[in-house]
Amino acid sequence: MRDVAVIGVGCTTFGEKWESSFRDLFVEAGAIALEDAQLSGEKIDAMYVGNMSAGRFIDQEHIGALIADYAGMATRHIPSTRVEAACASGGLAFRQAVIAVASGMEDIVVAAGVEKMTDVEPGASTDTLTGAADREWEGFVGATFPGLYAMIATDYMHRYPLTREQLAQVAVKNHYNGARNPIAQYQQEITLDTVLRSTMVAEPLRLFDCSPITDGAAAVIVAPLDRAREFTDTPIKVLASAQASDTIALHDRRDISTLDATVAAGKRAFKIARLSHKDIDMVEVHDCFTIAEICAIEDLGFCRKGEAGKFTADGETALGGKIPVNTSGGLKACGHPVGATGIKQVCEIVQQLRNDAGKRQIDGAKIGMTHNVGGTGATVAVHILGRV
Amino acid sequence: MSVARFWRKIPQRYNLIGTKCETCGRHFFPPRTFCPDCRRNGKIVDHKFAGKGTVVTYTIIHAANEQFEALTPYVLAIIQLDEGPRMTTQIVCRPDEVKIGMRVKSVFRRIATDGESGIIHYGTKFMPVE
Repeated sequence: MRDVAVIGVGCTTFGEKWESSFRDLFVEAGAIALEDAQLSGEKIDAMYVGNMSAGRFIDQEHIGALIADYAGMATRHIPSTRVEAACASGGLAFRQAVIAVASGMEDIVVAAGVEKMTDVEPGASTDTLTGAADREWEGFVGATFPGLYAMIATDYMHRYPLTREQLAQVAVKNHYNGARNPIAQYQQEITLDTVLRSTMVAEPLRLFDCSPITDGAAAVIVAPLDRAREFTDTPIKVLASAQASDTIALHDRRDISTLDATVAAGKRAFKIARLSHKDIDMVEVHDCFTIAEICAIEDLGFCRKGEAGKFTADGETALGGKIPVNTSGGLKACGHPVGATGIKQVCEIVQQLRNDAGKRQIDGAKIGMTHNVGGTGATVAVHILGRV
Repeated sequence: MSVARFWRKIPQRYNLIGTKCETCGRHFFPPRTFCPDCRRNGKIVDHKFAGKGTVVTYTIIHAANEQFEALTPYVLAIIQLDEGPRMTTQIVCRPDEVKIGMRVKSVFRRIATDGESGIIHYGTKFMPVE
């Protein structure tokens, strides 16, 4: 297997982008990534595109071909493949691109993610997202996505010391970071009160515990490490790529408050990279809901089970803390265009490792991690990236 | 949801017919046709569940998908059936009544309607045991 490096990254701004279509978004992100890698499109050998549900969001399937076409690749006939794993689609697209390069099958590969979510009414987007869980046995009886994570929160708060304020602090911290990220959907700081007084969605989760509906796209370009310096002075090495699965339905999990797929993917990634959680300078975790970030930092090993609330309230996950979590603002503040999120996480870590993250820069960052979850934890992708 | 898609699950949804692996004795609801423990050595047969269980975790849904908007706020829970498996269900009770560990029993209820002229989905909910 060959070593793989990220040589370029690009993200659109995230938000309710009424003026941009699905294909506009993708082309914009791809162009930024190509520019970043100082690469001509003719050098691209293959593309992988993470997308959860263009079929339901914009009535469009066959995304691989569409994307290749509008990226100007149709006449070059390169392979272009859509990857779907609900909200982990982007993380899996990145992993497929890494595997393609590591195996020697391809050299220069684009991994992208895109979601256009605001072309349907809010009720319809909520229903589409429910498809990431078990439609027959969760969605059918009235489960919503926030409802499922709310049941994780109820279980967690029954068993471990987590206060409502500590949970809210996750959102406050992520909005603080989002306010320092020019692509973030929400660039406003909030207070605990903002969260605690927001509309109830699914008890105990309120509106400000939930990631928003977002349009956006992100793209990264990967290449063999030994060719990376042809394109960039600051290649970022992929130190580990790991993926794990679990039961589709939350009710079938071994433990409601532990995402075993996160535990498995995290352990695999650390083993591949020969690193431990102590070596990680910052991590982008999948905070689709505040409780998800609490579980993620425990399940990845950054603190012990039951201690993430205090850990967060003590500022250990903030910029300047022991392990800064979601410097981008996370899904909560940066936004969550579901198929693009896994790629955006990689973009954020690459920017941090290149010392390019502006007001949210972690000093001396050398190694970063991404954690991307599909559904309530049925798919997890974990990547570790490092400076070379 | 198409009529056929709903209709083929009627025994499971109306009467809590799940499955059981005769090789290892494990029960499955929602039903599985393949035992994850015994794999190809498993022997799956239908099993009618008694419809008694305990609340494992819950939430009160305030923002629902379109089909359930008229029901809000409603109680959604994961319950553990006495035979072992866990399932997601609505609990027919006031939001302030539901508790972890609460005993519940199955009841036949309307679940949702497919728009104004679509089919009515019936199925099983659970209610507190007095």
